[in-house]
Amino acid sequence: MIVGTVTGHLHSTIAHPFYRAKPLLLVEREDASGVPTGDYLIAVDTVGAGVGQRVLVLDEGNGARQVMASADGPVRSVIVGIVDDVTHS
Amino acid sequence: MLLGRVVGAVVPAVVYDGLEGVPMLLVQPLDRSGQPDGRTLVAADATRMAGPGELVCYEGGREAAMALDPSFVPVDHAIIGIVDDVVREPR
Repeated sequence: MIVGTVTGHLHSTIAHPFYRAKPLLLVEREDASGVPTGDYLIAVDTVGAGVGQRVLVLDEGNGARQVMASADGPVRSVIVGIVDDVTHS
Repeated sequence: MLLGRVVGAVVPAVVYDGLEGVPMLLVQPLDRSGQPDGRTLVAADATRMAGPGELVCYEGGREAAMALDPSFVPVDHAIIGIVDDVVREPR
């Protein structure tokens, strides 16, 4: 899974039927110390995350389809958690 | 998924079974701020409605084929949606 920060959202009227009425958020990835790496991804939100929040993103198809309760949805990235804190030991 | 810009189309003469009639578009991947990033790629258009200049989101890997019908086809990128608007709120 990936830790990132939500930096925006996007609207798509014409999309694959699986994505109808599903919130799509822009998530910027972070390295271990919380610095943005420059990479991003677009993920389906399942936990009610908002802009500015650090989130946990699952970036794997089978797990994503399990979360979305879909056998054949073309989905790979889903937000599955909101992060309070990351500690380093 | 990632953002991309449609910059052209590929017109195949012969395709593998199941890909007949599937539009193949040239997509320029975009970075987080919407600037071109990396090499263009060929994506199957699962919406069948994307056109030149349009902002799209695309998926790679096995999920790309799953967006198509039939879904057991040899593609590695597919356009999943046409993006109307991206609302960015910089951190």
